[in-house]
Amino acid sequence: MLDYITSYLGSNTTPGQAGNVFWALVYIMVVFGGISVAVMAMNWLERKALAHFQIRLGPMRVGPHGLLQPIADAIKLMTKEDIIPSEADKFVFWIAPLIILCASFAVYIVVPFGPTHAITDLNIGILFMLGVSSLSVLGVVMAGWASNSHYPLIGALRSSAQMVSYEVAMGMAVVSAILMTSLHGLGAYGVGTGTSGTGTLSMIGIVQAQYEQQVWFLFKFFPLGFIAFGIFAIAMVAETNRAPFDLPEAESELTAGFHTEYSGLRWSLFMLGEYAAMIAVSSIAVTLWLGGWYRPFANALTGDTWDLVFSLFPGFTFLALAVIAFVGVVRMPKHPYFRVQTIGLAGFGIVLGLIGLILFAPPVRDRIQDIFWFVAKVAGFMYLYIWYRATFPRYRFDQLMKVGWKVLLPIGIGVLILTAILGVVL
Amino acid sequence: MTEHTITDPKTPDAKTSKATKYVSHLELGEPDKTFLDSNELIINMGPQHPATHGVLRVILKLDGEQVLGTECVIGYLHRGVEKIAENRTYTMFNPYVDRMDYVAAVSNGLGYCEAVEKLLNIEAPPRAKYIRVILTELNRLASHQLWLGTHALDIGAMTPLFYTFRDREEILKIFEKYCGARLTTHAFRIGGCQYETYEGFERDVIKFLDFVPPKIDEYEELLTTNRIWLERTKNVGVISKADAIALGVTGPVLRASGVKWDLRKAQPYAAYSDFDFEIPIGQNGDTYDRYSVRMEEMRQSLRIIRQAVEKIPEGPIMAKVPKVMKPPVGEIYHSIEAPKGELGYFIVSDGSTQPYRVRVRPPSFVNLQALDIMVRGALVADVIAVIGTLDIVLGEVDR
Amino acid sequence: MVGKLKGQYGSGIREASSYLGQNYLVVEPAIIFELLQILRDGEQFDYCVDITAVHYPEREKQFDLLWILYSFSKNERIRVKIMIADGETVPSATPIWATANWLEREVFDMFGIRFDGHPDLKRILLPDGWKGHPLRKDYGIIQQDQEWVKANLGIESGQ
Repeated sequence: MLDYITSYLGSNTTPGQAGNVFWALVYIMVVFGGISVAVMAMNWLERKALAHFQIRLGPMRVGPHGLLQPIADAIKLMTKEDIIPSEADKFVFWIAPLIILCASFAVYIVVPFGPTHAITDLNIGILFMLGVSSLSVLGVVMAGWASNSHYPLIGALRSSAQMVSYEVAMGMAVVSAILMTSLHGLGAYGVGTGTSGTGTLSMIGIVQAQYEQQVWFLFKFFPLGFIAFGIFAIAMVAETNRAPFDLPEAESELTAGFHTEYSGLRWSLFMLGEYAAMIAVSSIAVTLWLGGWYRPFANALTGDTWDLVFSLFPGFTFLALAVIAFVGVVRMPKHPYFRVQTIGLAGFGIVLGLIGLILFAPPVRDRIQDIFWFVAKVAGFMYLYIWYRATFPRYRFDQLMKVGWKVLLPIGIGVLILTAILGVVL
Repeated sequence: MTEHTITDPKTPDAKTSKATKYVSHLELGEPDKTFLDSNELIINMGPQHPATHGVLRVILKLDGEQVLGTECVIGYLHRGVEKIAENRTYTMFNPYVDRMDYVAAVSNGLGYCEAVEKLLNIEAPPRAKYIRVILTELNRLASHQLWLGTHALDIGAMTPLFYTFRDREEILKIFEKYCGARLTTHAFRIGGCQYETYEGFERDVIKFLDFVPPKIDEYEELLTTNRIWLERTKNVGVISKADAIALGVTGPVLRASGVKWDLRKAQPYAAYSDFDFEIPIGQNGDTYDRYSVRMEEMRQSLRIIRQAVEKIPEGPIMAKVPKVMKPPVGEIYHSIEAPKGELGYFIVSDGSTQPYRVRVRPPSFVNLQALDIMVRGALVADVIAVIGTLDIVLGEVDR
Repeated sequence: MVGKLKGQYGSGIREASSYLGQNYLVVEPAIIFELLQILRDGEQFDYCVDITAVHYPEREKQFDLLWILYSFSKNERIRVKIMIADGETVPSATPIWATANWLEREVFDMFGIRFDGHPDLKRILLPDGWKGHPLRKDYGIIQQDQEWVKANLGIESGQ
């Protein structure tokens, strides 16, 4: 048994590929836990950032600066009465949030947080990812149907139409990125000859292709990669039903769209699924266009010195967060009422600082680096999501469809064709 | 008998139909028991719905997302203001009018006080008139800011709401300092104003006038050039000039359809004839035009306030009013330009201390009638946009 | 204008004068529809500001029914008034001004005056099954339709 467990440690591959069930399970646990924590953090960050966009403070009561608010929310949602409308189709109503949740989390099986930090590496990774993530449409439709009510039904119809149509544009963009893995990338940039000429659908393979071609696909065949990325970046917002494409749950029109009738834990599963899906599609974008887990300038700035410099980033990031926490401690009102909060925030700062210090240790920092860069890139996308939500009004349904079918899809096809031509010609 | 016809805005050349057909009214057949099988879907928007600005209930007949017809069900906030008036003295009724359009309480009070003053044949002193203009225009600004925030929120832009509320707060602070109340101010009395301006009133107002123009630019920055905002508002809820007049809509909704008519200019009341300001109008009568008209109106209000503060005369603030008000027998109709449109008071006096009849001509009530013609053939999302752009306050619709 | 109308209708126009600078006409109910039509088409009173009523229970013709009209081109307001007895009906002005629809419904709701030819004459502010017309003088200020309240709200009294 112990041998079985330790045997994996030597192998330089993902547990799935190594066929090691134990480590695969451990990874699954870690990823599931990590994503759940990330969703909670995202929840807090969204409320905080959105509040500051809107000259508010956001959550301030539960814990220092509302840090414990997601936990309080989770407890509230779990203890809330679970209402199932009497006219609802009970079984479908019950299973719909689970489908969404499973679909959003199953995607993480192939997300490469690092060359070996993935649960497994499927050779059809990207296909698997697109396929599974689009399963959540099913959950949405089921939720809307099972509620047996007008608003959820309209929400579900909108949502299914929207997700399906944007998937097409998204697919075009993805295909053009996949195409790039097989193309030599000579020509305009004249660098990188490392590719074999055969493409790959494996998520890890795609990232490695970017390293070998010495260019993020974002900049490859400029501006083709850029446009494809742009299409994906728009389509993924629509795909996850977020502002400005949040019609299915358009609060001012459909109260809450397909989950109007849901409450408590079931509702929180929808939210968990939505945020997990947001992180998942952002991971696809990072993997396909932004060099995955590789640090910036992985090819340009090489050598031991640069490696050292970049490997210090994770530690410094956490130290910076710790400093922000301590600034918060200093600025906390001196009234005794705030003593507990001040101590709590200071404790949080110390924890962050300690994590930062641990990340400076050479064995840790070498292993954590790729995960750090991947998460940092995804976090950038998460911030964009919040930013969109604070800035944009909502599209109308016909306009949304117009953007999807008449703008994004033709451009996507054009980019795909041009990518193919450029790849052959250059 | 010739019938007045209204051109259908969706097919202007093809078909004309009876005007009455377009006033919010639905023939509801069988209740849709098996709505999943039918093509037509009847849904209830409200009375508890985030976008109906209170307790308005709109019954929508839909074909998919397309609106086939609407019917407004109102009256959820009916408090019988007109009946109350018949059982109160003229002075006692004054605070009640604030509760109708509660976001523009000062305007309501102004209309009522001026109507009763006319009936009594007295006139408020010039200083009182200037104070009235300043407060009423500040209130117009506050009302438009509230409209903008909620309208943008309905269309999906969350952020302007908080910006407008931040700036509206400054106006409410001035109200609070002037008369102690923020929303239902009861700022004016029959015959003038009860309170002299507080120490530093002019300074506060001037400070506000300097503070707010960049903020209005800020709202515009967020919305006016925003592509999605343009797509959501241009050519949405179009109402032509002829329809607007036939339906009796007033205020910014009428002006956006191209009718240059503002009671402040047409039949100046209070001290409005002393000031120099423009009446912004639109061309197309769509939601975007109504938006730009109101934005421009905010700027014009600032202009009026600035002139009023600079020219405000000294003197008494209260005319000689009898302790017991007994207007001579007769009737009066007096209307003012409230932020939402023409707000009229029709008062019948029988010579006693209590009005025999008070009729309020509420702008929101009449404007709401235009909802149906504006949304037929449009999508559900447009209904929201149009309800927002009509700028209704249900307290005033229902009274 | 008044002269012209008087020439046309003779005794149909019972009174044309002004009070506090506001013009009003008192006319016979029989000619009201035609008169409103002429006022809109001939005299350009194209905007119907308000339709309302006043109740005088001691009079034989209990109700004053009023149209307040405005002309954009003349910048002028006029009130047209008729007196009708309880139960008498009045032709609806909806074919002339679309806005009359809700205004007439409100008059019906509050006073119980019926309008002939109105497309959808039903209560507007009060609930459909309500009994009584609250703005009549014989309707007390705290009076309410107890039956309706009991049936629909499930309480003894709304007060």
